[in-house]
Amino acid sequence: MTVPIPPAGQPVPSGLDRAVEESLLDDAPVVGRRGNTVRTLKRLGRKPGFVLALVLIVFVVLTAFVPSWFTGFDPTATSPKDRLLSPSLTHPFGTDDLGRDLWTRMLHGSALTIKATLIALSIAIVAGLTLGVVSGFFGGLVDVVLMRFVDVLLAVPSLLFALAIVTALGFGTVPVAIAVGVGIVPGFARTTRAEVLRVKTLPYVEAARAGGASWLRVLVRHVLPNSWGPVLVLAVLDTGVAIIAIASLSFLGFGAAPPAAEWGTLISNGRNFLITAPWVSLLPGLFVGAVVLSLNHLSKTLQELGR
Amino acid sequence: MSRYILGRAAQAVVVLWAAYTLTFVVLYLLPSDPVALQLGAAGIETDKLSPVQLQAAMAKYGLDRPVLEQYLSSLWGALHGDLGTSIAKQRPVTALLGERIGSTVALGAVAGVLMLVGGTVLAYLASYVRWRPARILLTRLPSVGASFPQFFIGLLLIQLFAFTLGWLPATGSDGFSSLILPALTISLLTSSLLAQVLMRSFDDTLSQAYIVTARAKGLSRAAVQWKHAFRNAALPAMTILGVIVGLTVTSAIVVETVFARNGVGKLAQESVVAQDVPVVLAIVALAAAVFVVVNLVVDLLYPLLDPRIVHVPKVSR
Amino acid sequence: MSPLVTINDLHVGYARGDRVAPAVRGVDLTIGRGEIVALVGESGSGKTTVANTVIGLLPDSALISGGSVVVDGVEVVGAKERALRALRGSVIGLVPQDPMVGLNPTHRIGRQVAEAVRRRGVSGPQVDLGVIEALEQAGIDDAVLRARQFPHELSGGLRQRVLIAIALAGRPRLIIADEPTSALDVTVQSRILDHLEGLVRESGTSLLIITHDLAVAADRSDRVVVLQDGQIVEQGRPADILVSPEQDYTKRLIAAAPGLAHGGRIVPRFELAPDQVATADPVIRLESVSKRYAVPGAGGSFLALDDVSVEVARGRTHALVGESGSGKTTTLRLALGLEKATSGRVVLDDVDITDLGWKQTRPLRRKIQLVHQNPYASLDPRFTIRQSITEPLVSFKVGDRRSRAARATELLDQVALPASYLDRLPSELSGGQRQRVAIARALALEPGLVLLDEPVSALDVSVQEQILALLSELQERLGLSYLFISHDLAVVAQVSHTVSVLNRGRVVESGSVAHVFGSPQSEYTQELIAAIPGQRAEAVARSRELVHD
Repeated sequence: MTVPIPPAGQPVPSGLDRAVEESLLDDAPVVGRRGNTVRTLKRLGRKPGFVLALVLIVFVVLTAFVPSWFTGFDPTATSPKDRLLSPSLTHPFGTDDLGRDLWTRMLHGSALTIKATLIALSIAIVAGLTLGVVSGFFGGLVDVVLMRFVDVLLAVPSLLFALAIVTALGFGTVPVAIAVGVGIVPGFARTTRAEVLRVKTLPYVEAARAGGASWLRVLVRHVLPNSWGPVLVLAVLDTGVAIIAIASLSFLGFGAAPPAAEWGTLISNGRNFLITAPWVSLLPGLFVGAVVLSLNHLSKTLQELGR
Repeated sequence: MSRYILGRAAQAVVVLWAAYTLTFVVLYLLPSDPVALQLGAAGIETDKLSPVQLQAAMAKYGLDRPVLEQYLSSLWGALHGDLGTSIAKQRPVTALLGERIGSTVALGAVAGVLMLVGGTVLAYLASYVRWRPARILLTRLPSVGASFPQFFIGLLLIQLFAFTLGWLPATGSDGFSSLILPALTISLLTSSLLAQVLMRSFDDTLSQAYIVTARAKGLSRAAVQWKHAFRNAALPAMTILGVIVGLTVTSAIVVETVFARNGVGKLAQESVVAQDVPVVLAIVALAAAVFVVVNLVVDLLYPLLDPRIVHVPKVSR
Repeated sequence: MSPLVTINDLHVGYARGDRVAPAVRGVDLTIGRGEIVALVGESGSGKTTVANTVIGLLPDSALISGGSVVVDGVEVVGAKERALRALRGSVIGLVPQDPMVGLNPTHRIGRQVAEAVRRRGVSGPQVDLGVIEALEQAGIDDAVLRARQFPHELSGGLRQRVLIAIALAGRPRLIIADEPTSALDVTVQSRILDHLEGLVRESGTSLLIITHDLAVAADRSDRVVVLQDGQIVEQGRPADILVSPEQDYTKRLIAAAPGLAHGGRIVPRFELAPDQVATADPVIRLESVSKRYAVPGAGGSFLALDDVSVEVARGRTHALVGESGSGKTTTLRLALGLEKATSGRVVLDDVDITDLGWKQTRPLRRKIQLVHQNPYASLDPRFTIRQSITEPLVSFKVGDRRSRAARATELLDQVALPASYLDRLPSELSGGQRQRVAIARALALEPGLVLLDEPVSALDVSVQEQILALLSELQERLGLSYLFISHDLAVVAQVSHTVSVLNRGRVVESGSVAHVFGSPQSEYTQELIAAIPGQRAEAVARSRELVHD
């Protein structure tokens, strides 16, 4: 399980940067807010790595909802004569020890994995955002108490805490998802709080206060819109973290019961055939790696964009 | 200064106590039927017992007492080095841990050395190399290393070094040669994390004004990086060490399972499968203690390494 | 003898995405041996880029697209790192801009100076001697003690002297001083510049001063070179340029520098008789306010304001002047109600607001508005100009959508920006334009009093002029009162009627601007006035004029 590194705050532009930007101002077309969005999208569109990563993620999400679009096989149909076939045009990922098409099982595994990831992320976002915003915005005693609580959560390595939760709740996709989600909360809370604290002290917030804006208005109109950038970056990064954590817990044997199989279970199932049929483990593993790598790349690109 | 150390140590104790309590709450209060869960670990199916038998079984494991009392006695025991008795294995938890901890410590130590060397060298090179393709490759490496599930990396290494090349044993826990692959698996992840943090830190440091001063003296880029950038970049990265040690502990669970090593990590996995609550609680508390101690040591060392901090008043919040 | 530095038709640009923003466009410049040359220009004029090219420390995004730079017989453009390294330290020394961040925080001073000493081939015990010598040359007392200290244990002025010592230690033939003192308080600034000038004159070293301040340049250089948009617009001896500038741009720079424009004297815009200074009915009155901050961790406290009384008369401008740490910003925050005074009273429009909470003062807030120092941070980057300007109206539920739209157009017109700017984002505006928007926002609620926190200090000199003129015009037209905060006496003199001089949290002197600046009573005020740059150059120019007449 990886640990998210909180993104650094936006640096203040130096005099030189400012001068260079302003020298480009005059001949740049005036775009306003909508134009700004369009320009950003165009800039992203010109990054092949970003587009490739995005396409892969969209594809995976699609497979989670309609796996039948991408395969003609039944994920549970066994076929003893076709066991452990190497990858071919009919079986892009080969077949497993029961002759089931691995590609199809991967696609159907997406549904479970994506579902678990979404549950984990929702928990992390709802709880983490609330903790972070409340803590950062109200400060004082509330902040001290909440952040101490987060410190304690951080003191227990997240996968171990997840194991404790799984022990208590039992095995299966949902308990695993909850356990992973709780593990991500502290990082989320911290990043959100740091961002809120940063934006809260900026001159434009002070200007809004001087202009008579209520704290609620300041929070909703200024602080939240200007803090969500790094939080979004972290959310994308944490999606990858959650996928790996869920796969790891499945591998340890705490996931969904067979024959349903998450990605982690699929990789794990192949370990008995490493010598004779290495692809049964390796191809699903590479697939998971590609998905997480894409998420990391998306997160990194978004972060650079925010600078 | 000594007041600061005492205060910081007291804070560490409080965090540790809170972590223990939190885990206890999760394990004893979260399950809908904690008694059935725990007796299940002993192979007793509660719904097949008569009320009298059930009462006897509960009394045997101390489950008939109120939760608060169970908590206090468990905490009292933990303070005296008694971590309870495994329900599934019917043995004291301390004995179980004692048998297994040596193998895990050895694994963690080797992984730690590999992590420090690998992460530092990678980050150092990535910020030193000027040739663009090499630089891009080096800066992307950690992200790749952190993108694959550890058990997969473990399987890959077994496939490559044990089965294909036959250099190292695939599984087991005897001798140094059996340590190499699992330690490598752990350090691939931890060194990726360290490298990422260090790279960012190097970036920040190298854009500081005093780097310009140093270069204007006519020092070579190598000298500037080694004498002026390295220490200033490494200092903030030290704070990630606690997290990395925690990560090493959790990695041990997965990696010991993959390589069939008889360590604390494997014990954790077995205990969760058996829902052996006292063992799980003990292992979580142990991991939290390691994390808290490492962070304490880092915090106490920091002022010795950074001249700007003479004593550390809490000003961050 | 050939000049030490010869720059020929230099072109440098910076890559920004797929475009290149030109920064230097065809600069020709020579620096003779032992000559002091000042490169003057506003931000974006390319002055720092020229200096960085000479010492070979351009950032990676910079592209030299043409020209040549020869330093001491060595071509710098296209040179290998090894060749540049031979120049740095031993031929060219650099005194960087900001002393607070220019030294490695984890190395002792002595070690950092020693690195420069070793570069000239000194080794063994001689190095220690060289370090002490360099520190003493830079005017540092107790050199042995200082050498053993860490940078954070030294004041800004001392750190700047250490940086000068580092530049001197390599015995270079040219020293480049990049805005060497702009991060320091004026009184420290002039002492350090005097010392640096003395050193180079004595040793025959050439000096290239990079500055935005024509007055600083004129005071200490043999030749002033004025840069605008990457091109040299004018150069010559300071006395000639000051007396007969040829270009409009240079004239504007001279007009904006107080020490140059009026013969080194500050000429106040408003004259007030002593009995007119106090008025019966001020807009805001701070009566003997003190503010004490707790110092976290240490258990002590720090007195930021000590028994300060200030008032702003209706329709006039009152200025608070002082160096950093004098308490002027704290005073402003108290007036605005962002902080609570430890003791004393704050009276706004005859209402005592000292102990009122935010809710109770909210209606009063319409009468008092703030313009922040840094226009790059005071506008929400996600708000269009329209949203920023109308936000106070929305907050106070003034008018409906249509009337607010009309008001926004009207406000933009008041600050002389076209209505087409309403849908722009702050990133599409220059610094001066952003500050106009900030002023428009402050005016939206038709306040009686506007607090101006260093409103022009982040702007270029020529833009400063325009904003100050706008402020004066608005005051006349709308009858506004201003509480004006600045460290710059000249700016204060241009807009203020009355002034309080603050030093370490206390008011050392107050009264009409003409009186306080014309015949300062306190030593501190005298020091501040003496430190205004440009007086020396102006005096030289005057005397020459007299001779010619």
